[in-house]
Amino acid sequence: MWASINELKERIHAGSSEEVVAEYLERIGRSKLNAFIFTAGDSALSRTKEIDANDIEGPLAGIPVAIKDNISTKGIQTTCASNILKGYVPPYDAHVIERLKDAGAVIIGKTNMDEFAMGTSTETSFYGATKNPWDMERVPGGSSGGSAAAVAGGEVPISLGSDTGGSVRCPASFCGVVGLKPTYGVISRYGLIAYANSLEQIGPFATSVRDVATLFDVVAGYDPRDSTSVDKEVNYSSYLENNVKGLRIGVPEEYFGEGTDERVEKAVRDSINTLEELGAKSTTVKMPHTKYALAAYYIIAMSEASSNLARFDGMRYGLRTEDSDWHTTFSQVRAAGFGDEVKRRILLGTYALSAGYHDKYYLKALKVRTLIKQDFELAFKDVDVLITPTMPYPAFRLGEKVDDPLSLYLADVDTVPINLAGVPSISVPCGFSDGLPIGMQIIGKHFDEAAILRAAYTFEENTDFHTKRPEGM
Amino acid sequence: MYDNPDGVMIGLEVHVQLNKLKTKVFCGCATDYHNDPPNSHVCPVCLGLPGSMPVINKKAVEAAIKIGLALNCKVEEHTQFYRKNYYYPDLPKGFQITQYDFPISSGGNIMIEGEDGELRVGITRAHMEEDPGRLVHEGTIDKSKYTLIDYNRSGMALIEIVSEPDMRSPKEARRYLDKLRNIVEYLDVFDGNLEGALRVDANVSIMGGQRAEIKNISSHKGAERALLYEIVRQKNVLRRGGVVVQETRHFDEAREITISMRTKEEAHDYRYFPEPDLVPLKISGWAPAIKETLPELPDARRMRFVEQYGITDDHAKALTSELKLAIFYEDVAKRSEPKTAAVWICDVLKGELNYRDLTIDAFKKEHMLSVLELLAKKKITEDGAVDIIRTLLDKGGSPEEIIKEKGLVIVEGDIVETAALEAIKENPVAVADFRAGKEKALNSLVGAVMKKTKGGADARTAREILLKKLGQV
Repeated sequence: MWASINELKERIHAGSSEEVVAEYLERIGRSKLNAFIFTAGDSALSRTKEIDANDIEGPLAGIPVAIKDNISTKGIQTTCASNILKGYVPPYDAHVIERLKDAGAVIIGKTNMDEFAMGTSTETSFYGATKNPWDMERVPGGSSGGSAAAVAGGEVPISLGSDTGGSVRCPASFCGVVGLKPTYGVISRYGLIAYANSLEQIGPFATSVRDVATLFDVVAGYDPRDSTSVDKEVNYSSYLENNVKGLRIGVPEEYFGEGTDERVEKAVRDSINTLEELGAKSTTVKMPHTKYALAAYYIIAMSEASSNLARFDGMRYGLRTEDSDWHTTFSQVRAAGFGDEVKRRILLGTYALSAGYHDKYYLKALKVRTLIKQDFELAFKDVDVLITPTMPYPAFRLGEKVDDPLSLYLADVDTVPINLAGVPSISVPCGFSDGLPIGMQIIGKHFDEAAILRAAYTFEENTDFHTKRPEGM
Repeated sequence: MYDNPDGVMIGLEVHVQLNKLKTKVFCGCATDYHNDPPNSHVCPVCLGLPGSMPVINKKAVEAAIKIGLALNCKVEEHTQFYRKNYYYPDLPKGFQITQYDFPISSGGNIMIEGEDGELRVGITRAHMEEDPGRLVHEGTIDKSKYTLIDYNRSGMALIEIVSEPDMRSPKEARRYLDKLRNIVEYLDVFDGNLEGALRVDANVSIMGGQRAEIKNISSHKGAERALLYEIVRQKNVLRRGGVVVQETRHFDEAREITISMRTKEEAHDYRYFPEPDLVPLKISGWAPAIKETLPELPDARRMRFVEQYGITDDHAKALTSELKLAIFYEDVAKRSEPKTAAVWICDVLKGELNYRDLTIDAFKKEHMLSVLELLAKKKITEDGAVDIIRTLLDKGGSPEEIIKEKGLVIVEGDIVETAALEAIKENPVAVADFRAGKEKALNSLVGAVMKKTKGGADARTAREILLKKLGQV
């Protein structure tokens, strides 16, 4: 069931969208991955009938797509994998969902994630952990673990996730698929339930760079409802050229530091060599403020989260406990509705913004953010793309880190600087370690998705890592 | 000089709702909800639904700049929005979008009539924010079994105007409020007659104590009363040897007292930080063009009225104290004798309106013009004119109809003469008394003439004719 968009289009053309989608639904139905929180079988099938009957056209006509459960879908429950949003059915579609529907795509279900996208392993979900298709004892990465595992497990050809500090790239890396975090502002966040607004972007998953680009083309573009949305229309697929001649690659040594698994380092360095053999040139670059990125990231993300999550009080939607006066009801709903990691981040964020600590933590983190941005600006004066490992190691075991938040936070060391800088980055499969996928991260300048897509595509055209599939799926 | 014996210092924070804008401040919902059912003017944005995002209403920013300019403020180059974090059931996001650093405008002043002549009251800042929803209780807040929330008001544009603590008495505070309201009404951004249009928080301290902030004042009269009460309370505390502590107090409008809500130690920590979903606005270029569109403001109009129409400053002040009244006067003055018009509008019509708690909208310009014309042509008496105005306000109709119905037309001279001769013939006692030197006896003869002419005669004319006839007889 690992078919490309083009293969599926041929099947739909020859047969029907209904049979394609039914087949995926059947596969999801007997899956043990727990990649989906909710399968929208009925609405998906009735949509396929419409598409089949009316020959609806579009770049994704009749193609099933899975949506991370923090993206609002009209009429389909959207819970952020949290108990507090139990039963919440949005009355409106996110911008990306409108775009998908216009393109003829079929929403097949909502995928599992870390609660409110707060995690690196998809273990903090109220609906239980998602498993890694390559090893059912391991995590799929997070927080968009469900979207990545569904694609890797052949349960859906394409999916959307969101990336606040690596939440698309990390699970892409752990699950051996392609995942893109676009430049901040390229995809409208309207309808994405915010974790940390200033950092996050919605991003596509697929088994190939081409399908990622096709999905990206559909969902990217200006939306006046998101004030940070950029008014640019680009045909990203047109940049998929098998050619990296003259491409200048920067290799920031800070990303290969302590804690990076040797086999991961080797796979990424070998991949850089592959690109050099194809005509690219690589140099070492310095990004001296990288070591402060993690601390700055967590302070900013948690500060914003502490405010974003204040609206979940049980008054208008979601979980409701026994009614009492409003303070008590708010407290009870929030105590019962949020999981431990979410509570931890709300508490830390509240603390970081408090009078007396605001300057010491929040303001300082903003200053570090500026320095990180400068690191990228300086590096990009001399190179076109930067290449690093996506994650310092392959997928870890379920339960291995979930009780040790600090070690989980450290896992994001190579992905969070990209969100702080707002630049685009893609993770592509570049090797294996003991049968577990390794991801390579290709980072570009602001709005230069073209360069990273071209590098990723060329790499893919000249290697076969992305064609490998997990066994027993 | 006013010596302010208690060292009263009053500063006001006034919230003005920009209810003349077509849409709310961060979404497209219409603002004309005042006669509609609760929660009928709402959308994902003003309900704070997960994933929704605010977009700034440019017209609201323009209106805010207009207000800043009218208050002689400096308009900032850049303006930014912040989140003010606190929990309350009327606040659907758990934070209010407001301004903190970089407000729209700051450092202005307005002139009011102080205790001892003109007083310049400093304006610290005027900034934008969103209105929360409205809580509705059954009966009173402490007895109600439930609270209902109406979000129609949620997301309405507010301008918060913060004054310096320059006012020294409740009367000055009231005059400041009158003046401020007058100015914003002139700017055509605000209709003061709508529910919740203007709300006041008052800060007050006296010598030897700390300041109290009184919240929840909804009228100018209320502000004056709350301050009167609060100053007496603070004086009593000091007199008894107590300490006036910094605290927030609530004004109970029904009982006209202030009640402690929280002390400084219990003050909220609002954890302000920049709203990440709204980008900083560069507004430096906006102000000059907006300044061009600024209408004539009350003070300027007052001076012009004195100069152009030759009316007294007192009349000009009264006429310009309300925009609609000023427009009414000017339209009438252009088509009649301006000084007489001022007298009749200020001294008669305004009094009759106030008595009936009506605004100038209740009276037609054409009717005022008719009345003035009839007076000028001596077709009606002054008493008759007052009668017409009262009847128009109470029963409606037209001046002509009322004159006919009530027989208010001044009776022709020979009819009065005949009536005078008859009166002399029929009242020999009064005539004798008059001739004997009792001047008051003339009054009863005048009364008799009036009776005969059914009030149609002008009393002064009747008197003159009687004197003439008595001299002849």
